[in-house]
Amino acid sequence: MTQALPSEAEQDQVMEISMGPQHPSTHGVFRMDIRLDGERVLRLKPVIGYLHRNHEKIAEAASYLAAIPYTDRLDYLCSMTNNWGYALAVEKLAGLTVPERAEYIRVIVSELTRLQNHASVVGFLLQDMGASGTPLMYAFREREKVMDLFESLSGARMMCNYMRFGGVRVDCSAEWLSQAAKVVAGFNGFLDEFERLLTGNEILMARTQGVGVLPRELAINAGVTGPGLRASGVNYDLRKVDSYGVYGRFEFRVPLGEHGDVYDRYMMRVLEMRESLRILEQALRDIPSGPFMDPKARLRGLRPKVGEAYARIESPKGELGFYLISDGSPNPYRYRVRPPSLINLTVLEDMCLGQSIADVVVILGSIDIVLGEVDR
Amino acid sequence: MTLEEIRSRLEAFVPGCHAEIVVNGSPSAQNSLLIDRQHGLQAAMYLRDHPELQLDFCSNVTAVDWPDREKAEKIKTKRIVDGVEKEVEETKKTTIPGYLEVVYHLFSIAKKEGPVVLRMHTANRTDEVTLQSLTPVWRSAEFQEREAFDLFGIVFEGHPDLRRILMWEGFTDHPMRKDYVPPPDDDLEILAVSEPGA
Amino acid sequence: MLGEGIVKGLAETARNFLGSFIEKDRLVTVQYPEERLPVVEAARMFPFLIYDGVDQEEGLRCVACQICEKECPPQCIHIEKSKDKKPDFIGKQQFYPAVFDIDVSVCMSCQICVEVCPFDAIRMDNEFELSTDDRFAGLLWPKEKLAMPNEHYLAIHPTEATEVEARRAEEKAQAEAKKASQPAAVAK
Ligand code: SF4
Ligand code: SF4
Repeated sequence: MTQALPSEAEQDQVMEISMGPQHPSTHGVFRMDIRLDGERVLRLKPVIGYLHRNHEKIAEAASYLAAIPYTDRLDYLCSMTNNWGYALAVEKLAGLTVPERAEYIRVIVSELTRLQNHASVVGFLLQDMGASGTPLMYAFREREKVMDLFESLSGARMMCNYMRFGGVRVDCSAEWLSQAAKVVAGFNGFLDEFERLLTGNEILMARTQGVGVLPRELAINAGVTGPGLRASGVNYDLRKVDSYGVYGRFEFRVPLGEHGDVYDRYMMRVLEMRESLRILEQALRDIPSGPFMDPKARLRGLRPKVGEAYARIESPKGELGFYLISDGSPNPYRYRVRPPSLINLTVLEDMCLGQSIADVVVILGSIDIVLGEVDR
Repeated sequence: MTLEEIRSRLEAFVPGCHAEIVVNGSPSAQNSLLIDRQHGLQAAMYLRDHPELQLDFCSNVTAVDWPDREKAEKIKTKRIVDGVEKEVEETKKTTIPGYLEVVYHLFSIAKKEGPVVLRMHTANRTDEVTLQSLTPVWRSAEFQEREAFDLFGIVFEGHPDLRRILMWEGFTDHPMRKDYVPPPDDDLEILAVSEPGA
Repeated sequence: MLGEGIVKGLAETARNFLGSFIEKDRLVTVQYPEERLPVVEAARMFPFLIYDGVDQEEGLRCVACQICEKECPPQCIHIEKSKDKKPDFIGKQQFYPAVFDIDVSVCMSCQICVEVCPFDAIRMDNEFELSTDDRFAGLLWPKEKLAMPNEHYLAIHPTEATEVEARRAEEKAQAEAKKASQPAAVAK
């Protein structure tokens, strides 16, 4: 039996669909205008701004201190790293130094943030592929332990508001450190379990390998950062390149992918968690005693000299940058966040073209966006 | 390569390009290069492709609004007061015209160096707000230039898809400008009115 | 072998499922509200105002300096300073807030007000079951609702509160010693 070729009219059937803003796979209020030929994506335009609250304008009207709690709400999974990025920018602008102990605490909480972020991202990615709940709930079970640590340290589970210019808000107790060490020790077991559950899974491999390939040159040119860039084989991790804080003292490797597909991006996250655990072990072992705030730093009424500063850190999503211009007044003249989630979205269309619509969901999940940061 | 070397090379190799070093007085000491409006694209290409610079990664693109400023100067003039010549002090106000500025933070992934900060100014804040888009050089500028267009009203020539990104289509103002006045909060009023007993 | 990964994965879920019957670590769900986890000491929800002694009006530590009002990021504190003054814990004449409102529908529990208050007058409460059916008046907390006795502070943040207590006792002792050593100045 020969199959009839589709008629010309049928071939021309192109469908335009709007995915989101209320769609379970868009991780928030995010919309994609997609043009489809059958199931194949011909064009994809991200539409954002549903969560826009002009964070930058708010921060320009507020004092330097008052902007910190707002940074929590950018990438609301990783408030600690957001705090750090902003604190680092203000420290550069005002020329403050950070005591050793505070630097170690910052590393510890940031790596814990990375752990819980990557664990949930992998969980969500699997959820997007149809593994409803199970991997995500395992990830959340582990994330919960990290959040408990954050709560007992800073008072809040997600909106930590913990770092200050020139240090951190409160010191951590020896008891907290030993609790953190316990969580870190238990995390390896969870990762083993996670990998047994997923890494060799044939369905996972079929859904992710060769899907959403991001070529190396495009990744660099489009400013993709974080695990997405490294999955394409570019060795660029700001913890190594800039060695901000005390990252220069720790021994860890930067995992690199080969193919730049969704599977590699998934593996990057799993491997990065392992490296984060190594950093954590070293930091928890070496943390010195001493002050946790620069004595020169003042909480209120900070008036940096006229000038500007750009600081960037390796947040779990990628390069998180803060650009500040001071005109000598108590609030920044210009305050800018370089959101990794937004810029990583630039290549969404390139990765999705020619793929099926079911893969769009997976590719989006592998980029790891948080709309609080995309829209600001 | 120091910024001064980059500057002189830019002027030497990009014909007609005028670059100027903007000194940053804060402890961060990140000085920047101010490029003239007509040669932004060429200069960017040069910086990206120069084998010693290889600024292949444009990290941050943003805009800054500098409204018109008034500078008050005290000048002494001679004037005849009550028939006697006297020296009188007068304040003379001069308006420094405002402009919009875009700032690009460039890094090199290949050489692991940076940042090199590029700036460009528009002619004014009202009708001549066009600058060359650097999206053809670095794709990463695509969304960020759209954002600068949306929130500041800078028009990027040569941008492949210059639409509003955060605000909705049909919105006319530019909220990040310093003189932006938000519209009255209609939503809240409706809420208050529709509340029984309020 | 194809399917090996899936079988391994299923073994893992089975282990978790069956394990949840015997291992406490695997069964992490808490049946709120019947079951409750202890609230940690650092936990913060919304601010409250501390008063010493029994009388709310008299013992309120807040001197209406309005620093917190200025620093609060979403500007949700509203203070009106009193016309007259009342003595504070060391006997110094101070203003007090005639009106002190916090709009908790706007408050983002950031604790900035607590950090900037120089008089240990405002602290974070850990009460979180605060639902109300009135979203206007019910979420605008006046001074009367915000005021809590010092004992409450000692109960919910014991470590920090004892430190504050000790510091205040010392300040008071110093002030009294000063007063005692300069009787003439006081008499004047
Ligand atoms: S906790 Fe933060 S938002 Fe709430 S009243 Fe205090 S300063 Fe304002
Ligand atoms: S609570 Fe503290 S900071 Fe706020 S007005 Fe009262 S004394 Fe001042």
